Amino acid sequence: MSDGELTALILVAAFMAFLTRVGGHLILVRFTPLHPRVEAALQAVPVAVLGALIAPAILLGGPAELVASIVAGLIALRASTAWVIACGVVVLVVLRRLAEG
Amino acid sequence: MSKTPPGRGEALAGSLASLTILPAIVPFGMLFGALAITAGFTPWQTMLASGTIYAGASQYLMLEMLGQSISPFAILLAMLAINFRHVLYSAALGRHLQRFSTWQKGLAFALMVDPVFAAGEQRARATTSLGPAWYFGYAASVYAVWMLANALGMTFGALIPEPARWGLDYVLPLYFLGLLMGFRSSSGFLPVLGAAVSGSIAVHLTIGAPYHILGGALAGLAVAVWRAPATHGSEREP
Repeated sequence: MSDGELTALILVAAFMAFLTRVGGHLILVRFTPLHPRVEAALQAVPVAVLGALIAPAILLGGPAELVASIVAGLIALRASTAWVIACGVVVLVVLRRLAEG
Repeated sequence: MSKTPPGRGEALAGSLASLTILPAIVPFGMLFGALAITAGFTPWQTMLASGTIYAGASQYLMLEMLGQSISPFAILLAMLAINFRHVLYSAALGRHLQRFSTWQKGLAFALMVDPVFAAGEQRARATTSLGPAWYFGYAASVYAVWMLANALGMTFGALIPEPARWGLDYVLPLYFLGLLMGFRSSSGFLPVLGAAVSGSIAVHLTIGAPYHILGGALAGLAVAVWRAPATHGSEREP
Protein backbone atom coordinates (compact mmCIF):
# COMPACT_ATOMS: atom_id res chain seq x y z
CA MET A 1 0.00 0.00 0.00
CA SER A 2 1.39 3.39 -1.01
CA ASP A 3 1.69 6.38 1.30
CA GLY A 4 -1.23 8.08 -0.41
CA GLU A 5 -3.43 5.00 -0.15
CA LEU A 6 -2.64 4.66 3.55
CA THR A 7 -3.54 8.31 4.16
CA ALA A 8 -6.81 7.77 2.29
CA LEU A 9 -7.55 4.66 4.38
CA ILE A 10 -6.92 6.64 7.58
CA LEU A 11 -9.27 9.43 6.48
CA VAL A 12 -12.07 7.05 5.48
CA ALA A 13 -11.67 5.20 8.80
CA ALA A 14 -11.82 8.56 10.61
CA PHE A 15 -15.01 9.54 8.78
CA MET A 16 -16.61 6.19 9.62
CA ALA A 17 -15.56 6.50 13.25
CA PHE A 18 -17.22 9.93 13.41
CA LEU A 19 -20.39 8.57 11.83
CA THR A 20 -20.66 5.87 14.49
CA ARG A 21 -20.23 8.56 17.17
CA VAL A 22 -23.01 10.86 15.93
CA GLY A 23 -25.13 8.11 14.36
CA GLY A 24 -26.68 6.63 17.48
CA HIS A 25 -27.89 10.01 18.65
CA LEU A 26 -29.18 11.08 15.21
CA ILE A 27 -31.22 7.87 14.92
CA LEU A 28 -32.54 8.07 18.46
CA VAL A 29 -33.80 11.69 18.38
CA ARG A 30 -36.33 10.56 15.75
CA PHE A 31 -37.93 8.33 18.36
CA THR A 32 -38.49 10.70 21.27
CA PRO A 33 -40.15 10.44 23.70
CA LEU A 34 -38.42 7.17 24.44
CA HIS A 35 -40.29 4.00 25.21
CA PRO A 36 -39.38 2.70 28.70
CA ARG A 37 -37.86 -0.41 27.14
CA VAL A 38 -35.58 1.69 24.93
CA GLU A 39 -34.69 3.77 27.96
CA ALA A 40 -33.82 0.57 29.85
CA ALA A 41 -31.61 -0.59 26.98
CA LEU A 42 -29.76 2.74 26.91
CA GLN A 43 -29.25 2.62 30.68
CA ALA A 44 -27.60 -0.78 30.18
CA VAL A 45 -25.25 0.32 27.38
CA PRO A 46 -22.12 0.88 29.52
CA VAL A 47 -22.36 -2.49 31.28
CA ALA A 48 -23.34 -4.46 28.16
CA VAL A 49 -20.67 -2.97 25.90
CA LEU A 50 -17.79 -2.92 28.37
CA GLY A 51 -18.63 -6.47 29.51
CA ALA A 52 -18.70 -7.77 25.93
CA LEU A 53 -15.49 -5.94 25.13
CA ILE A 54 -13.34 -7.47 27.88
CA ALA A 55 -14.89 -10.92 28.36
CA PRO A 56 -12.57 -12.85 25.96
CA ALA A 57 -9.39 -11.22 27.28
CA ILE A 58 -10.35 -12.13 30.86
CA LEU A 59 -11.96 -15.55 30.45
CA LEU A 60 -10.04 -16.93 27.47
CA GLY A 61 -6.68 -15.25 28.18
CA GLY A 62 -5.26 -17.82 30.60
CA PRO A 63 -5.02 -18.41 34.38
CA ALA A 64 -2.68 -15.48 35.07
CA GLU A 65 -4.99 -13.07 33.25
CA LEU A 66 -8.04 -14.44 35.06
CA VAL A 67 -6.47 -14.11 38.53
CA ALA A 68 -5.15 -10.61 37.77
CA SER A 69 -8.62 -9.57 36.59
CA ILE A 70 -10.32 -10.92 39.71
CA VAL A 71 -7.87 -9.04 41.92
CA ALA A 72 -8.34 -5.89 39.83
CA GLY A 73 -12.12 -6.27 40.00
CA LEU A 74 -12.03 -6.50 43.80
CA ILE A 75 -9.76 -3.46 44.01
CA ALA A 76 -12.26 -1.57 41.85
CA LEU A 77 -14.77 -1.89 44.71
CA ARG A 78 -12.60 0.45 46.77
CA ALA A 79 -10.12 2.37 44.62
CA SER A 80 -9.88 4.42 41.43
CA THR A 81 -9.15 3.07 37.95
CA ALA A 82 -5.47 3.96 38.16
CA TRP A 83 -5.09 1.59 41.15
CA VAL A 84 -7.11 -1.10 39.41
CA ILE A 85 -4.69 -1.06 36.47
CA ALA A 86 -1.53 -0.78 38.56
CA CYS A 87 -2.43 -3.68 40.88
CA GLY A 88 -3.74 -5.82 38.02
CA VAL A 89 -0.55 -5.35 36.02
CA VAL A 90 1.66 -6.17 39.03
CA VAL A 91 -0.25 -9.38 39.78
CA LEU A 92 -0.15 -10.37 36.12
CA VAL A 93 3.58 -9.77 35.75
CA VAL A 94 4.37 -11.72 38.92
CA LEU A 95 2.18 -14.67 37.86
CA ARG A 96 3.67 -14.72 34.37
CA ARG A 97 7.21 -14.76 35.80
CA LEU A 98 6.25 -17.60 38.16
CA ALA A 99 4.81 -19.55 35.24
CA GLU A 100 8.07 -19.05 33.32
CA GLY A 101 9.78 -20.69 36.28
CA MET B 1 -14.01 31.34 43.81
CA SER B 2 -17.27 33.31 43.52
CA LYS B 3 -15.69 35.71 41.00
CA THR B 4 -14.66 32.93 38.60
CA PRO B 5 -17.23 32.22 35.87
CA PRO B 6 -19.00 28.94 36.78
CA GLY B 7 -17.88 27.36 33.48
CA ARG B 8 -14.20 27.65 34.32
CA GLY B 9 -14.55 25.89 37.67
CA GLU B 10 -16.61 23.17 35.99
CA ALA B 11 -14.04 22.70 33.22
CA LEU B 12 -11.29 22.42 35.81
CA ALA B 13 -13.34 19.90 37.79
CA GLY B 14 -13.84 17.84 34.64
CA SER B 15 -10.17 18.00 33.83
CA LEU B 16 -9.25 16.93 37.37
CA ALA B 17 -11.74 14.07 37.22
CA SER B 18 -9.87 12.68 34.20
CA LEU B 19 -6.64 12.36 36.19
CA THR B 20 -7.45 8.85 37.43
CA ILE B 21 -7.83 7.59 33.86
CA LEU B 22 -4.85 9.34 32.28
CA PRO B 23 -2.18 6.87 33.51
CA ALA B 24 -3.93 4.15 31.50
CA ILE B 25 -3.97 6.19 28.32
CA VAL B 26 -0.22 6.87 28.29
CA PRO B 27 1.09 3.31 27.69
CA PHE B 28 -1.82 2.60 25.32
CA GLY B 29 -1.03 5.69 23.23
CA MET B 30 2.74 5.24 23.37
CA LEU B 31 2.43 1.66 22.18
CA PHE B 32 0.30 2.70 19.23
CA GLY B 33 2.78 5.44 18.28
CA ALA B 34 5.67 2.98 18.40
CA LEU B 35 3.86 0.16 16.55
CA ALA B 36 2.58 2.49 13.82
CA ILE B 37 6.10 3.68 13.02
CA THR B 38 7.30 0.07 12.97
CA ALA B 39 4.41 -0.79 10.62
CA GLY B 40 5.60 1.87 8.15
CA PHE B 41 3.37 4.84 9.03
CA THR B 42 5.06 8.23 8.72
CA PRO B 43 4.96 10.32 11.93
CA TRP B 44 2.41 12.56 10.22
CA GLN B 45 0.17 9.59 9.34
CA THR B 46 0.46 8.26 12.90
CA MET B 47 -0.72 11.56 14.38
CA LEU B 48 -3.42 11.84 11.69
CA ALA B 49 -4.75 8.38 12.57
CA SER B 50 -4.70 8.97 16.32
CA GLY B 51 -6.06 12.50 16.01
CA THR B 52 -8.92 11.80 13.61
CA ILE B 53 -9.90 8.13 14.02
CA TYR B 54 -9.29 8.51 17.78
CA ALA B 55 -10.40 4.96 18.61
CA GLY B 56 -7.36 3.10 19.86
CA ALA B 57 -8.64 -0.48 19.74
CA SER B 58 -9.70 -0.12 16.10
CA GLN B 59 -6.36 1.51 15.26
CA TYR B 60 -4.47 -1.48 16.69
CA LEU B 61 -6.70 -3.72 14.60
CA MET B 62 -5.89 -1.64 11.51
CA LEU B 63 -2.14 -2.08 12.10
CA GLU B 64 -2.52 -5.80 12.60
CA MET B 65 -4.60 -6.26 9.43
CA LEU B 66 -2.31 -4.02 7.34
CA GLY B 67 0.55 -6.26 8.44
CA GLN B 68 -1.32 -9.24 7.00
CA SER B 69 -1.97 -7.42 3.68
CA ILE B 70 -5.74 -7.67 4.11
CA SER B 71 -7.85 -5.61 1.67
CA PRO B 72 -8.76 -2.04 2.73
CA PHE B 73 -12.44 -2.87 2.49
CA ALA B 74 -12.11 -5.79 4.95
CA ILE B 75 -10.04 -3.58 7.26
CA LEU B 76 -12.72 -0.87 7.27
CA LEU B 77 -15.44 -3.46 7.92
CA ALA B 78 -13.58 -4.91 10.91
CA MET B 79 -12.93 -1.39 12.24
CA LEU B 80 -16.63 -0.63 11.87
CA ALA B 81 -17.46 -3.79 13.84
CA ILE B 82 -15.15 -2.81 16.69
CA ASN B 83 -16.36 0.82 16.64
CA PHE B 84 -20.04 -0.03 16.42
CA ARG B 85 -20.22 0.31 20.20
CA HIS B 86 -19.95 4.07 19.62
CA VAL B 87 -23.42 3.99 18.04
CA LEU B 88 -24.77 2.68 21.34
CA TYR B 89 -22.66 5.14 23.35
CA SER B 90 -23.93 7.97 21.14
CA ALA B 91 -27.57 7.02 21.63
CA ALA B 92 -27.09 6.74 25.41
CA LEU B 93 -24.98 9.88 25.95
CA GLY B 94 -27.12 11.97 23.58
CA ARG B 95 -29.93 11.93 26.17
CA HIS B 96 -27.76 13.95 28.55
CA LEU B 97 -26.67 16.73 26.17
CA GLN B 98 -29.66 19.08 26.53
CA ARG B 99 -27.38 21.91 27.67
CA PHE B 100 -25.13 21.55 24.59
CA SER B 101 -25.55 23.65 21.42
CA THR B 102 -25.61 21.82 18.08
CA TRP B 103 -21.91 22.32 17.34
CA GLN B 104 -21.04 21.48 20.93
CA LYS B 105 -22.91 18.20 20.47
CA GLY B 106 -20.91 17.47 17.33
CA LEU B 107 -17.65 18.12 19.14
CA ALA B 108 -18.83 16.15 22.18
CA PHE B 109 -19.46 13.09 19.99
CA ALA B 110 -16.18 13.51 18.09
CA LEU B 111 -14.32 13.35 21.43
CA MET B 112 -16.42 10.48 22.83
CA VAL B 113 -14.02 7.62 23.54
CA ASP B 114 -14.76 4.86 26.08
CA PRO B 115 -13.57 6.66 29.24
CA VAL B 116 -15.21 9.95 28.18
CA PHE B 117 -18.50 8.16 27.56
CA ALA B 118 -18.26 6.30 30.88
CA ALA B 119 -17.42 9.49 32.79
CA GLY B 120 -20.15 11.49 31.04
CA GLU B 121 -22.77 8.83 31.80
CA GLN B 122 -21.75 8.65 35.45
CA ARG B 123 -21.69 12.43 35.80
CA ALA B 124 -25.13 12.74 34.20
CA ARG B 125 -26.56 10.02 36.46
CA ALA B 126 -25.04 11.60 39.57
CA THR B 127 -25.97 15.23 38.88
CA THR B 128 -28.98 14.81 36.52
CA SER B 129 -27.49 17.43 34.17
CA LEU B 130 -24.23 17.13 32.29
CA GLY B 131 -22.63 20.54 31.60
CA PRO B 132 -20.55 21.29 28.50
CA ALA B 133 -17.72 22.84 30.52
CA TRP B 134 -17.25 19.75 32.70
CA TYR B 135 -17.54 17.38 29.74
CA PHE B 136 -15.06 19.27 27.55
CA GLY B 137 -12.67 19.70 30.48
CA TYR B 138 -12.60 15.93 30.84
CA ALA B 139 -12.63 15.11 27.11
CA ALA B 140 -9.94 17.63 26.13
CA SER B 141 -7.58 16.30 28.81
CA VAL B 142 -8.00 12.75 27.55
CA TYR B 143 -7.45 13.85 23.94
CA ALA B 144 -4.36 15.92 24.77
CA VAL B 145 -2.74 13.13 26.79
CA TRP B 146 -3.57 10.57 24.08
CA MET B 147 -1.91 12.68 21.38
CA LEU B 148 1.09 13.44 23.59
CA ALA B 149 1.51 9.74 24.40
CA ASN B 150 1.40 8.91 20.68
CA ALA B 151 4.11 11.46 19.95
CA LEU B 152 6.24 10.07 22.79
CA GLY B 153 5.77 6.52 21.52
CA MET B 154 6.81 7.52 17.99
CA THR B 155 9.92 9.23 19.28
CA PHE B 156 11.03 6.86 22.00
CA GLY B 157 9.38 3.69 20.73
CA ALA B 158 12.61 1.75 20.81
CA LEU B 159 12.81 2.34 24.56
CA ILE B 160 9.50 0.59 25.27
CA PRO B 161 10.31 -2.85 26.65
CA GLU B 162 8.60 -6.05 25.49
CA PRO B 163 4.93 -5.25 26.19
CA ALA B 164 3.99 -8.73 27.49
CA ARG B 165 6.93 -8.88 29.89
CA TRP B 166 5.65 -5.79 31.71
CA GLY B 167 1.98 -6.62 31.40
CA LEU B 168 1.39 -3.65 29.09
CA ASP B 169 -0.56 -5.86 26.70
CA TYR B 170 -3.16 -6.25 29.45
CA VAL B 171 -3.55 -2.58 30.43
CA LEU B 172 -6.52 -2.12 28.14
CA PRO B 173 -8.74 -4.94 29.52
CA LEU B 174 -7.92 -3.83 33.08
CA TYR B 175 -8.77 -0.27 32.19
CA PHE B 176 -12.14 -1.28 30.72
CA LEU B 177 -12.72 -3.48 33.77
CA GLY B 178 -12.22 -0.42 35.98
CA LEU B 179 -14.70 1.56 33.87
CA LEU B 180 -17.18 -1.33 33.99
CA MET B 181 -16.98 -1.61 37.79
CA GLY B 182 -17.88 2.08 38.01
CA PHE B 183 -21.39 1.04 36.92
CA ARG B 184 -21.79 -1.82 39.41
CA SER B 185 -24.66 -0.13 41.26
CA SER B 186 -26.71 0.45 38.10
CA SER B 187 -29.99 -1.43 37.79
CA GLY B 188 -29.69 -5.00 36.52
CA PHE B 189 -25.89 -4.93 36.62
CA LEU B 190 -25.36 -8.67 37.14
CA PRO B 191 -27.96 -10.05 34.70
CA VAL B 192 -26.94 -7.60 31.96
CA LEU B 193 -23.26 -8.32 32.54
CA GLY B 194 -23.89 -12.09 32.60
CA ALA B 195 -25.68 -11.96 29.25
CA ALA B 196 -23.07 -9.68 27.68
CA VAL B 197 -20.19 -11.90 28.82
CA SER B 198 -21.92 -15.13 27.69
CA GLY B 199 -22.85 -13.64 24.32
CA SER B 200 -19.37 -12.24 23.82
CA ILE B 201 -17.64 -15.54 24.60
CA ALA B 202 -20.07 -17.51 22.42
CA VAL B 203 -19.48 -15.24 19.41
CA HIS B 204 -15.74 -15.12 20.04
CA LEU B 205 -15.53 -18.92 19.99
CA THR B 206 -17.71 -19.29 16.87
CA ILE B 207 -17.61 -16.29 14.50
CA GLY B 208 -14.50 -14.78 16.10
CA ALA B 209 -13.18 -11.31 16.96
CA PRO B 210 -14.04 -8.45 16.66
CA TYR B 211 -17.71 -9.41 16.27
CA HIS B 212 -17.92 -10.56 19.91
CA ILE B 213 -18.31 -6.92 20.96
CA LEU B 214 -21.51 -6.46 18.99
CA GLY B 215 -22.85 -9.94 19.82
CA GLY B 216 -22.20 -9.60 23.54
CA ALA B 217 -23.51 -6.04 23.72
CA LEU B 218 -26.77 -6.98 22.00
CA ALA B 219 -27.23 -9.95 24.37
CA GLY B 220 -26.76 -7.60 27.35
CA LEU B 221 -29.19 -5.04 25.95
CA ALA B 222 -31.75 -7.77 25.21
CA VAL B 223 -31.72 -8.77 28.88
CA ALA B 224 -32.11 -5.14 29.92
CA VAL B 225 -35.13 -4.76 27.62
CA TRP B 226 -36.61 -8.02 28.84
CA ARG B 227 -36.25 -6.90 32.46
CA ALA B 228 -37.65 -3.43 31.75
CA PRO B 229 -41.29 -3.98 32.81
CA ALA B 230 -40.17 -5.12 36.26
CA THR B 231 -37.79 -2.19 36.82
CA HIS B 232 -40.26 0.39 35.46
CA GLY B 233 -43.16 -1.14 37.34
CA SER B 234 -45.04 2.13 37.81
CA GLU B 235 -44.74 3.25 34.18
CA ARG B 236 -47.48 1.41 32.34
CA GLU B 237 -47.68 1.64 28.58
CA PRO B 238 -50.43 3.99 27.37
